[in-house]
Amino acid sequence: MPLVELRNVSKIYRLGDEEIRALDDVTLDIGEGEFISIIGPSGSGKSTLMHILGCLDSPTKGTIQLDGVMIEHASPRQLAAIRNRKIGFVFQFFNLLPKLNVVQNVELPMIYSGISGTERRRRAIAALELVDLANRAKHRPSQLSGGQQQRAAIARALVNNPRLVFADEPTGNLDSHTGDAILSLFRKLSREGRTIVLVTHDPEIAAVTPRRIEIRDGKIATKVDLTLAGLDRRGATAGTTAVAQP
Amino acid sequence: MSGMPLGTPPEVLRHSWAQLGISILAGMREIWAHKFRSLLTMLGIILGVSSLVAMSALVAGMEKGAKEALVAIGGLEKVIITPQGLPIEQRHLSDEAVGITINDVEALRQSAPLVTELSPEMRMSATLTANGKAFRPWYCVGVWPSALGMYEHVVEHGRMFNELDDEMARNVCVIGTATRDELWGDPEKVGKEIIPVGETLYINGVPFTVIGMFQHYESEEDRKERLLAKSKAGERPTGGVARNRGWGSGRRKGSNFVFYLKNATVYLPLNTVWMKFRSGASQIAIASGSGSRVVTGTTGDPRLSGLSVKIASVDKLTESLQQIRNVLMHTHKGIEDFTFFTQEDWADQINTFIHNARLSGGLIAGISLLVGGIGIMNIMLASISERVREIGIRKSVGAATSDIFTQILVESVVIAILGGLVGLVTSFALVNLISSFSPTDNAPIVKVTALATAFAFSVLVGVLAGIFPAVKAARLNPIQALRYE
Repeated sequence: MPLVELRNVSKIYRLGDEEIRALDDVTLDIGEGEFISIIGPSGSGKSTLMHILGCLDSPTKGTIQLDGVMIEHASPRQLAAIRNRKIGFVFQFFNLLPKLNVVQNVELPMIYSGISGTERRRRAIAALELVDLANRAKHRPSQLSGGQQQRAAIARALVNNPRLVFADEPTGNLDSHTGDAILSLFRKLSREGRTIVLVTHDPEIAAVTPRRIEIRDGKIATKVDLTLAGLDRRGATAGTTAVAQP
Repeated sequence: MSGMPLGTPPEVLRHSWAQLGISILAGMREIWAHKFRSLLTMLGIILGVSSLVAMSALVAGMEKGAKEALVAIGGLEKVIITPQGLPIEQRHLSDEAVGITINDVEALRQSAPLVTELSPEMRMSATLTANGKAFRPWYCVGVWPSALGMYEHVVEHGRMFNELDDEMARNVCVIGTATRDELWGDPEKVGKEIIPVGETLYINGVPFTVIGMFQHYESEEDRKERLLAKSKAGERPTGGVARNRGWGSGRRKGSNFVFYLKNATVYLPLNTVWMKFRSGASQIAIASGSGSRVVTGTTGDPRLSGLSVKIASVDKLTESLQQIRNVLMHTHKGIEDFTFFTQEDWADQINTFIHNARLSGGLIAGISLLVGGIGIMNIMLASISERVREIGIRKSVGAATSDIFTQILVESVVIAILGGLVGLVTSFALVNLISSFSPTDNAPIVKVTALATAFAFSVLVGVLAGIFPAVKAARLNPIQALRYE
């Protein structure tokens, strides 16, 4: 069974009399361990798709199954618990809390999952070591460079050992050199078996992922799946259970 | 395809308590990060709490003073029976009205078991002269020795006259300290205690022997002040003229009038007053209010100016009054020429006054607490709109609505609790400040219950002020909150 199953998902906003279909009848599966990018110009609906996949938002129509659990009727509290345990977010603007230091920022998700203080600290340090930032644990986000801040954010996204990591334009606020470093960090995480969804408007960045989904006007326009075609030599580990829709 | 029904993970419920500690720490950190702003916010609560405590302390002080005064005049069990004009339907019987006499005293003693003590009184207007000075006491009255207990008098020097003195109508009297102060000298001014027992005192020209003097009555407050002044007297520079304001001696008579009146009392034996001042051609001023012609003769006017009785218990006041009334209606042949005064009226007045003081003080303190609460709410609203993005981040990493709600509420409550604690401390300063220029002489009493109540109210205000901002913060849409700049 795929990790995520979207079936005929639509998200419709109403602006006065006008009906805006941010997502229009999207069906999509994401398998365990996949490295996938969602690309599309701004306003295409890719952010809406990410929000729905990331349980920040509920669809107007359609069903979502995440890790075997139907979530389209979940209460906000249940959605929060799912975000907490199964999903990690990496944002374009890092979104670290400026008043907390790096390790406190990384501990934040574990506070909401009720993990004890010593265990929190241990796991936060481990996650920071994973992104090679343990030596900056006591620094404030403002004392870090953009790339370091993004790595702290990645550590935070990973610390609760989520099933699914979303990265929304993770390199959008970084110079190309630092951006490449972040992308190779994602590739490394993917090789270690993480399921990663990269959301971007930039086809060059999307090119690092074996599987790419292009969204236009709320619909899936094209799909490229290098894993199935056997062309992937860079990204996801072999033998992932990627499922492509015909 | 169907998914498993989604239940709330048990951990979500389990962790909410552990998280409260974290929320409190986060609240403290937030307050510390904005020290000055938080202090200003707390100020409302601080003022509210201290004014609540100070108000309650003031009222408690007044209440204590009033209760002391109530005890000084004889407590609630005392009922005073005084003559009064006849009711309109009995006016034609006024010639038959006998007034309150010693017969009534006997009848009540025999037939009213709820009455435990009786004290007949024959008041007279008197001018006292001695030592070349004259003084008109407030209350010069012929009584039985039982009046001593009835009016809570204590004879400190000499003795009270006894039944024999009364029987023989001896010219003896017991005076209060006010008479002594006026005729022989105030110990505060003279510098030594003068005890005029054994001296001769002329009452309306008739010589009397002072056989006793009551103790000096004063409120707790005055006593403390006097002792303090005494202990400091050595330090005071001598010489210089003590200023006389012209409305009394150095002692502040006006401060508590009840005590002054009690000091200005002169007791004579009842029979003495009757024999020496009511018989023959003596002027009888006291009965002039009763409306009937004054009866004069060798035996004198037997009417009493009043009859004080003590009843068995305050709970049986109504029954006791009924019993007394029944007996008196019998002895007065159905003519209602008497009325009752109970201390209850006065106690009611005191209670009403205390109630009003408490209500208005509570209202003021409540309003300042309310204003403090509005201040907190205002700051919390400003704070969350500064922190929309933080809330979005917290939600995106898995904070539930209730987590955000708790966080904001805890911040508000922490501000209120800190404000409340500081307010409790400053309330003592405020109480001292107020008591230094307070119009009443009753020292404020800070009660533990008042402190607890004020603190509880400050916490309540914190909760109420935090709810709306907390709901507002908790309801933020995480997507919009994350986009917020």
